Amino acid sequence: MKLFLETYNNSDSVNLADIPVLSYKYFANMLRSYFVDSDNHCLSYYAFRKDDKLKFICAIAKDSDGKIYLSSHELKAGITALDSLTPEFPQLHIFEREIAENFGITFEGHPWAKPVRYSENRADKIKVMNNYPFYEMMSDQLHEVGVGPIHAGVIEPGHFRFICNGEKVLHLEIHLGYQHRGIENLMLQNDNPIKLCVLSESTGGDTAVGNALAHSQLMESLADFEAPEDLQIERCIALELERIAIHIGDTAALCTDVGYQLGQVVCEALRTTIINTTQFWCGNRFGKGLVRPFGTNYPLNDRTVEEIKKILNDSGKRYFDMAERIYSLPSVLGRFDEIGIVTTEQAYRIGAVGMAARTCSIPRDIRSTHPFQYFKNHRPQVVIQEKGDVLARGMLRYLEAKESVKYIFELLSKWEYTEKSNLKPDYNYKLKPDRFSASIVEAWRGELCHFAVTDEKGNIMHYKISDPSMHNWFALALAVRDQEISDFPICNKSFDLSYCGYDL
Amino acid sequence: MIIKELKILRQHGIQYVPDLKTAVLTPLFRGRPVIKEDPTDQETEKIKKLCPSNAITTEDGFGIDIGKCVFCKECALAYPDKIAFTNDYKIASNDKNNLIVRKGDSEIKFNENIVRPEVRKLFKNALKLRQVSAGGDNSCEFELYAAGNVNFDMGRYGIEFVASPRHADGIVITGPITENMSEALQICWDASPGPKVLILVGTDAISGGMFADSHAVNRKFLEKYPVDLYVPGNPAHPLTFINGVLRLIGK
Repeated sequence: MKLFLETYNNSDSVNLADIPVLSYKYFANMLRSYFVDSDNHCLSYYAFRKDDKLKFICAIAKDSDGKIYLSSHELKAGITALDSLTPEFPQLHIFEREIAENFGITFEGHPWAKPVRYSENRADKIKVMNNYPFYEMMSDQLHEVGVGPIHAGVIEPGHFRFICNGEKVLHLEIHLGYQHRGIENLMLQNDNPIKLCVLSESTGGDTAVGNALAHSQLMESLADFEAPEDLQIERCIALELERIAIHIGDTAALCTDVGYQLGQVVCEALRTTIINTTQFWCGNRFGKGLVRPFGTNYPLNDRTVEEIKKILNDSGKRYFDMAERIYSLPSVLGRFDEIGIVTTEQAYRIGAVGMAARTCSIPRDIRSTHPFQYFKNHRPQVVIQEKGDVLARGMLRYLEAKESVKYIFELLSKWEYTEKSNLKPDYNYKLKPDRFSASIVEAWRGELCHFAVTDEKGNIMHYKISDPSMHNWFALALAVRDQEISDFPICNKSFDLSYCGYDL
Repeated sequence: MIIKELKILRQHGIQYVPDLKTAVLTPLFRGRPVIKEDPTDQETEKIKKLCPSNAITTEDGFGIDIGKCVFCKECALAYPDKIAFTNDYKIASNDKNNLIVRKGDSEIKFNENIVRPEVRKLFKNALKLRQVSAGGDNSCEFELYAAGNVNFDMGRYGIEFVASPRHADGIVITGPITENMSEALQICWDASPGPKVLILVGTDAISGGMFADSHAVNRKFLEKYPVDLYVPGNPAHPLTFINGVLRLIGK
């Protein structure tokens, strides 16, 4: 009996009917055989209604062979309870919660069965933001601190509830959903593909390039199109520019939180130069409009290449000098070193991805393990840190930015010798009917997954977005345990997770 | 060790934009659209279909509502003879009607007549704002933060974001205002002492943008209070925000 369907990232779509439908028991066994090996992790596990059934799809990434394993199980209408698999595979916790919230399925034995984001199409409308079931500890010795949804800075909303013993945090509960805009439903508008491009960019405006690329790749795979080499290279350059800009910006934010003003202002100014380069290229500082399916409105030209090279040479070097200084200052190290530790074992258990995984010695980087676009031909060096603390997350940003600068120069030299296709975006594409496709992009936070299913006419009937923050918010909760509450800001900033990408 | 920092400081040089009112952005920046020539009826229908956010209006002739426009520029790319996007970033206005761009328009006008006198009187030299993200995609939030950074430094005019609504002279909203954020927004507004200003930043906030028809959005808050300033953009550029606020406070 076939337990799964193998596919590759950014490749052909598969027939939805070819994804094996297992009984729940076999499905659990299949997961057991996979998750025993830490080489495998869950990309996403979600459900949607098809005909009168609820169809559950699980996508597992195996790092050593670069394949994606798809499997599914189904529930007939009327059945609303399943045994939770979370106690055995904690990395599924958030996905089971999401399915429970959207479809009213009870996962029996789930240790943390709480709402995820209070989505507008949730099954139980009696549950509202105000009656979120916070974890409580009864003791005269303890107190609670609530922060948010509106925070002191100019950032997105979310609520954090700490249970503290004096200054020490015993437990942090993260309650999100304030940003929920109903994006997945809006992605089902089949009348105008430009809507979907703009919506995917708005899924997370700080990851506009990553999201637009994941979406474009997905549409291309469902229409059997492979981007020509020059377009692939341009997309990879845009993605790496986004990564560099954010990493520098977050270095500034980390400096702000520990009161190192020189680091803050220098990095802020350097980030400006990078995003202004993106604006020079496409007219938007965040790269909105730069990535489109089947082509581009802003092909690279010699003038833009010259600008990119000039800025990366200059700002790159200045950032490296600054970062070397930041991470050698005793007063900064005193705040970063061994603060907010996530252990490798914890990271494996919660299925941490992207930066959060790589700072815990776990080499998860889709660019290297499941390469897409030009990363297939030329893989960047994966940067790893070991300690899992704030310092590791800061250092990782520095080293990744360095690697990305080097990588962009390598891509640019290849681009110069590549034949130019000059493809314009195509919005009249036809998607193949009854197909499923997965598109995964290593954006700066980590793996960003877009999935779509088409109906018999080739219209999108289901669209799923899984931001890396779905996996990683829990890492933040673990990081602040037993820390001083005053260290929360740097812990939070060192992860810099997405609210809107999670809330959708 | 101080030598290293001095070297970094020297490299850093002077970063602030000397004149925020006359700074010029790169040519491709997607700012104020212009209608070179009115499209034919047939073309108008096609442009309407192309536009992802219903920004095309045909009442009183062809127009682009930049309060709804997401600045994707797809209309101008498809009909370069009819529509273009300029790098003019001064596109904020206090009058929603002025956000509709028609043939012959060469600027987004500001309506001096409807500015409340107390705004000019009280906030001209110091305006402290509380920002509320209500479904914003984090790009407008980044740009608002950047408006106070070392490059744009709006603090030079006494404009600043503060942590508490109790210290604020006004609220700046980004995002389409989600149902889940609507109550917190109301509490924040109520907590801020009057007189206060209300500023909407970004297309999502002004019209709902791509989310105007989403069931997860609740824009009732905006029915209750007059808006003092609309700052269009996706996201709004820091210079758009700063220049808009400067016009509002009469500086």
